[in-house]
Formats: sequence, C-alpha cells, structure tokens
Amino acid sequence: MSVKLTAKDFATSQEVRWCPGCGDYAILKAVTAALADVGAQPESTVFVSGIGCASRFPYYVETYGFHTIHGRAPAVATGLKLANPDLDVWVVTGDGDGLSIGGNHLLHTLRRNVGLKILLFNNEIYGLTKGQYSPTSRAGTMSPSSPTGSVDTPVSPGQFALGAGAKFFARAIDTDKPGLGEVLRQAHAFDGASFTEIFQNCIVYNEDVFAAFTDRKDAAATRLHLEHGKPMLFGADNGKGIRFNPETFALEVIDANESPGDVLVHDERNAVVARLLIDLQLPVALGVIYRQPAVAYENAFYEHHPTRMQRTKRVADFIKGPNSWVIT
Amino acid sequence: MGSQFAVSTALSGRDFATFPDYPAEIRAPAGTTFGVSAYQINLGGEPITTAGDAPDVLVAFNPAALKVSLPMLQPGALIILNSDSFTPRSLAKAGYEEDPRENGALDSFQVVTADIGHLNLEAVRSFGLSKSEGGRCKNFWALGLLLWMFGRELDPVEAWIRRRLGGEPTMRDANIAALRAGHAFGETAELSAELPQISTDTAQMAPGEYRSITGAEALALGIAAAGELAARPVLFCSYPITPSSPLLHRLTRLQELGVGTFQAEDEIAAICAAIGASYGGMIGVTSSSGPGIALKTEAMGLAVSAELPLLIVNWQRGGPSTGLPTKTEQSDLYQAVYGRNADTPLPVLAASSAGECFDMAIEGVRIALRHMTPVILLVDGYLSNASEPWLIPIVESLAPIESHAPPEVASGPSSQMMAWQRDPASLGRPWITPGMAGLVHRTGGLEKDYVTGHISYDPENHQRMTEFRQAKVDTVASFIPDQAVEFGDDSGDLVVVGWGSTYGPIYQAARKTGASFVHLRHINPLPRNLGELLARFDRILVPEMNNGQLATLLRDKLCVQPVSFCKVSGQPFRISELVSRIEAERKGDAS
Repeated sequence: MSVKLTAKDFATSQEVRWCPGCGDYAILKAVTAALADVGAQPESTVFVSGIGCASRFPYYVETYGFHTIHGRAPAVATGLKLANPDLDVWVVTGDGDGLSIGGNHLLHTLRRNVGLKILLFNNEIYGLTKGQYSPTSRAGTMSPSSPTGSVDTPVSPGQFALGAGAKFFARAIDTDKPGLGEVLRQAHAFDGASFTEIFQNCIVYNEDVFAAFTDRKDAAATRLHLEHGKPMLFGADNGKGIRFNPETFALEVIDANESPGDVLVHDERNAVVARLLIDLQLPVALGVIYRQPAVAYENAFYEHHPTRMQRTKRVADFIKGPNSWVIT
Repeated sequence: MGSQFAVSTALSGRDFATFPDYPAEIRAPAGTTFGVSAYQINLGGEPITTAGDAPDVLVAFNPAALKVSLPMLQPGALIILNSDSFTPRSLAKAGYEEDPRENGALDSFQVVTADIGHLNLEAVRSFGLSKSEGGRCKNFWALGLLLWMFGRELDPVEAWIRRRLGGEPTMRDANIAALRAGHAFGETAELSAELPQISTDTAQMAPGEYRSITGAEALALGIAAAGELAARPVLFCSYPITPSSPLLHRLTRLQELGVGTFQAEDEIAAICAAIGASYGGMIGVTSSSGPGIALKTEAMGLAVSAELPLLIVNWQRGGPSTGLPTKTEQSDLYQAVYGRNADTPLPVLAASSAGECFDMAIEGVRIALRHMTPVILLVDGYLSNASEPWLIPIVESLAPIESHAPPEVASGPSSQMMAWQRDPASLGRPWITPGMAGLVHRTGGLEKDYVTGHISYDPENHQRMTEFRQAKVDTVASFIPDQAVEFGDDSGDLVVVGWGSTYGPIYQAARKTGASFVHLRHINPLPRNLGELLARFDRILVPEMNNGQLATLLRDKLCVQPVSFCKVSGQPFRISELVSRIEAERKGDAS
C-alpha cells in the first residue's frame, strides 16, 4: 500500500542550480506539489528531458529521471511509454529544445497522442547558451545573435500543437501557483499527450517578456482563466467577457454586464475557438484551452499487437520457414 | 523478352564479368501448360548441366503464370509480380483459393510487386496505341525493371528494338518508352536483387535440416531469438531506408515472439525510442543504413553515457551521402568504430553471410546486456535480400542471455548509487528500470560521478569515466572466442583477412590457392589472440569493399602492416580476381 507523499518527498538532495529568481523554481515547486496532490509514486514516475535550462528539471525531482539529448526527449519518452505504459511519464522541454531542434519529435508525439505529460517552459530565449533569440522570440528581439533585432516570425506553441493534432493544450504562468497547479493536475489526468505551455520568466536574458499579463496587480484585467462549461469572464468583478464576432471571425472583449448573453461559454472540445483563444493577446487565455479525449497511442499500440507484446510462441515455431529440407 | 535479357547480358560483357558466376545461356522455353508461355534464362558461372535447373527469377504477369512456374523455383528466387492482374477473377481462373501474395505461399522467395499493366499503359499512353498493342509493351517494361535490378545496360536492348521494329516506328518508340519506364521504376523504388550466392557445394554441407533464408529474415529471427534467450520483449524502432526496411517488414510478422515494431518519424527518433525502450527494460533495437546511422550517432553517445543496452544494425550501402542506395559496400567500418564525438567506444560486430545474421544478432544482444552498452552490427547491404541455404539452428540449445539483476533494495546505499554498482568482470551495471521501487535514480548524458551517478565536472572523475568506458569495451574481448583460422595453416607466407560478406569468395579463393584465411566477426574489440596469430604470417592481404578500412584498423590496433585489396564498385568480389591477387601477392609482384 503506497503512502501519501508530500511535495517535500519529491525533492532530491541535489543543489538546484538555476539562476536565483528563475521562474523554474516556481514551476519545480508547483510540479512537486502536484505530484503529491495526485498521489504519484516516485518509482512509477519518470521525468524525461532534453537539453537547456528547463531540461535540468529531472535532477531535482525524486523520481526516475532521464536527461537525454537536445530535442529528443519526446522520442526517448515514447520508447519508454511503449515499454511500460503503466509509468507516469513527464517530458520537460523548453522553447528551443521542443520547438526548434526537437520540433519534429514534438509534432509526431502530439499527433500520435502518446501518453506523455509534456511541459514546455517558454521563455522566448535560449538561456543555457547565453541569450540567443529562440523560435518563440518575437520579431525584433535583440540578442547576441541578433544585435539588430531578429527577423524570424515566431512559432506559436498552441497553434503548433493544434496543427499537429494535439488533443490537449493548456497554458499557465510560472508564478501563478493555483493556475499552474490546476493545469498540472488536468495535464496529469489526461489519457494521451497533454501539452502544457508554461510562461517562464528568464530573469537574466529575457526578463519581464511576459510582464503584460504576469504582473500580479493587473492579473484580473489581463488573464482569462478558462473553465469548461463556464462563461469566459475576466476583469474586476468579472465585468468583462469574451464574445465571438461573426463579422470579423474574431474574439473580442465586451462588457459582460451589458450583454451577458453574448459571452462565450468555454467548450474545451471546440478546436476553432481554441485557436482563437490561443491568439488572444490581452487578456491572455490560461487553463485548459483544448481537450479532446482520444485513444492514447500506447493503448492503440498494445490493442493492435496480436499478443499485447507477450511471447506466445517460440522462435522454433517460425524458424523452419515454409520449406525446409534435410541433408544426410 | 527472355531472349532480350539474355542478349543484354551477353552484350554487356563487363557487367556479367562482375557477377562471374552468372554468364548467360538460353534454353528452350519451359512448358506452356494452360496457355502460360515463358522464357527461361539461365545465368550461371558453372556450366549448365541439366535443363531441369531451377530458375532464380520469375516474372509472372498473372496468377496462372505464377501457379504454373512456382514449383520450378528454388527458395530464395526472385519473383516479379504484375499485381494489377491479381484480381479475384484471375485468381479463381488460375485455381487459387486465396491470394498467394498474402497466405505465406511466397515467403521463401524475394517478391517484388508492381502494377506493371497499369504503369506500362501510362508509359506508352502518348503513342496512341490500341489497348492490346499498348499492353504488349509490358514485356519490355518488365525487362527494363530487371535490367535495373541486375545493373545491366539498356543500350543493347534499345538497339535490338530499333533493329527489329525499325519498320514500325510507333511500336519501336513505345517499346523503348516502356523499357525505360520499367528501368526508371526500379531506380525510383530503389529495387535491387542479388541471386543466391552459394559459397559451399551441397556435397560439403553438414548433415541437418536446411532452409533458404535472406539476411533480413535471419536477422529478424535472431533478434526475436535474443529476446527469447533473454526472456525480455523486444522493441524494434526504425525509419524506412534502403536496404534496411526488409528487416522492419520481417519483424512485423514475428509479433507473437514478444516483438513490437515502432516506425519512428526519423532516424534520430528511431534510436531514441529504442533507447527509451531499453531504459524501460525491453531490448531496444534500431536499424538503418550509413546515412541514417550518421544521424543516430549523437544518441549512441547517450546510450554509452547512460550505460544502456542497445543493438544498432547498419546495412552498409555505397556512399558518401545518398551514394548508391541499392549497391553493397563495407565502407562504414570507420563510422562504426571511430565515428562519434569524444571518446565513445562501443563494440562492433559483422555478419559474414545471410544466415550468420541470426547468430550475430544474438551475439550483439548478449554483449549489450552483459556489458550494458550499445552494440553495432555491420551487415553488407546486399545480404538483406540475398538468400542462401541455412542449417536451421536449435534455439533451445543456445545459452540464455543473462543481464545484471537489480540489487536487493534493503542492502544498498542510496538508490541513486545503486544503479552504478558495476559487475567487476564485465563492467556492466545492473539493469534498473523505472517501475522498480527503492531504486529511483537520475541518469543522462552529462558526465556523472563514477560512484554516485550524480552530475560531476570533477577532472579526475572524467579521466576515470573515460578510462572506464574504454575498459568496458576492451573487456568484451575476454568473453569472445579466440580467433580461429577459417581455412589453411595457422602460419605461413600469406594470410588473407576478411570481414563481412566477402567470406564466400575469399573462402573459395583460399581453397583454390591454398592460402590461409582468417575471417573477423568481432571488429571491436578484436579477438585477443589476433595479433599473435597474424604475426605468424609473412604477409597479410586484406580484401574489402571499401578503400582500406579494416587494414587501417589492424594497423591501428595491432601494429601490423597489411596489404589492402580494395574494391568499391558496389559489387561483390569475384573469386577469380581474388585468386589472381593472392597468387600475385605470393610471387611478390603485386602492385
């Protein structure tokens, strides 16, 4: 009988070596708390990561951990999940690791719906390699590798995920403890690939890049916390709402008290609205933006395997082939 | 059409000289029972003694043709099927109750299917022929495909068509177009074929039960057998590439042996998923060809660093870059032994024949589990589809494959350290996999402390770990058999040293010349006695299908001075060229 563990039980003896003030500390805390909340057991939980600041994560969690190579964590985790579908497998990646060098693996992992809980720490910058612009950096980002401003159009993690066929996309802010905690629990509970973008503040190379909505004092006016079946309200006293404008085919902010009937009710299964929510600038949409239950890849893999990976015959049953002959 | 292939073969003298065992002869057409007409061509180095010799290639335009001709074929023969003629009606007409392509009836043959009828009509569409006129061009379409598969020139056949159909320009041009279309199809689909090359006479075969087997089949069975011997499931992860794909196809048919296959999104994902499977306690296997292996090298380093078992199969083809996808070579030896960043040694094996792929797959997994290391198995590309008679092994008589059991939880120090308490003889660590209670630990590609497995940047520790990783691979030599002499005396004026698929022709050349023959199956590390054995000979001749890679390795590892005999034409050695080179070497007048 497994005992109920606390967040502290998931901390390792290793000194955490992120920069002081890094958003990763808050995420680490939220994750260990969520592990305790969901009753995770260290031996059946695995953190797999690639390369980058975020990818140091496994060293700091008292579970199984595999720090792999740049961009390839989803592929390693896929093999692991196929080998042992009973494991809780988390993938920790960053915007460079997951969307640049490892974009291909992320795409295929999402479309296959492999049962992995993928956390993408998005800080819109390469931290470990000292501040180059990343695939999510906004155009014009000044960095050591783009002194006059980057010219690349950034990739949107959410649009990428939905385009790839992801069945679960959620968003949270590193320092928003309740919001992040709830999203982590939902991500954990999803049967299939759950993809969570966490806005993470890189204090050294890209500080306050998300300040427009991470500042606590403006939180009510800048964050839209989504809940399935609930109206999309935000602002002081939930005085504002989101409605769909059929003329512009876009979402817009309205006074919720004036026309409460126009406020959209969040339907996690609506991929069209999800795409509009992902692009919403202010307020920024947080929580589970899209969730579409589907068969997890590992379940389909085992269901299609005639013996569910069991050895029901011997090599001797096959080795003779259709024709054999004897030489005396 | 048959006569045309023979004409082409006879005219391209240089071509058939590269397959010396297959000059052309034309025999009388085979029986035309039930309206099936056929040409039978015999290509063979030895004189053809009876009209009953079995054909090696069958082109069947419909099920009836297949039904009539199939009994004449030897196992391993190549069958080209016009798949759009395999309709329920034509199958019934031929007396087939079920589709022979799907019920296993063709399992012992190399089968290539193409919608020949349809593709041919497309090729000749612009000539405005009637349907039956156009349909007749399909003979030349199929001939074009065969010419590609056997590496022969189109020109002689085109010249023949021009001579024969000079008075009918439309038919002439249509047939040439069909010929070229078939040839192009073979190239685009990266089809190739090797006729069975039998290196020993039937009279010399040991008693026992035999079957015909291709390299891909033998390797698939070997991988499954390794799983059985280790009592672990196997997860085979790969990405399609010529000529590796037949192994993937074969393994999908062995699922009841606890084998799963995962077609990954790319070569890197394939090896990474295999590493993930090994990390999870299954036997992870990946397979590719040189260009794909290049993509996998970073992940190999991860498996070395994390001390995880893995089998990596490389079906070597001609290079560099995309090179000659359908042609065979042995030019990935440097890549296998030396081709990774940093000091990243791993064991390397090589299979010498289609059948031996079975043994080497088992050997590879045995080493991988014993030493907790990735292992590379090199196979010369053409062995994938080449078939040979194979003495069926008794799997039950093979030694089980042992792995290092996880330690008792109560007795150990911290769970992080227990993963790195290595067996002193093999230097393999316990195979601890997620899910095991009390053994939770972190691992990865950062340098780790020899004892605790924690991240370590300590200079002395990195020195120690580098030496340990080399020592681990070196220790493999203590577990493998001493090198034996394959043929001839164990000392003398000349020894021929080979590896891989050159076994057959070198063996025959050694028999003909009396030279000694040493054949390597363990490339890294080399057998412990090899240096001492080679020192007993005055000269060492190393024939290989590359620009001298094994010779370099022998110079590097053993400080010997071998003479290279290199052939990089994409085609196997001829016995005759080996014989004359050996004789020249003995006279001391070799260049």
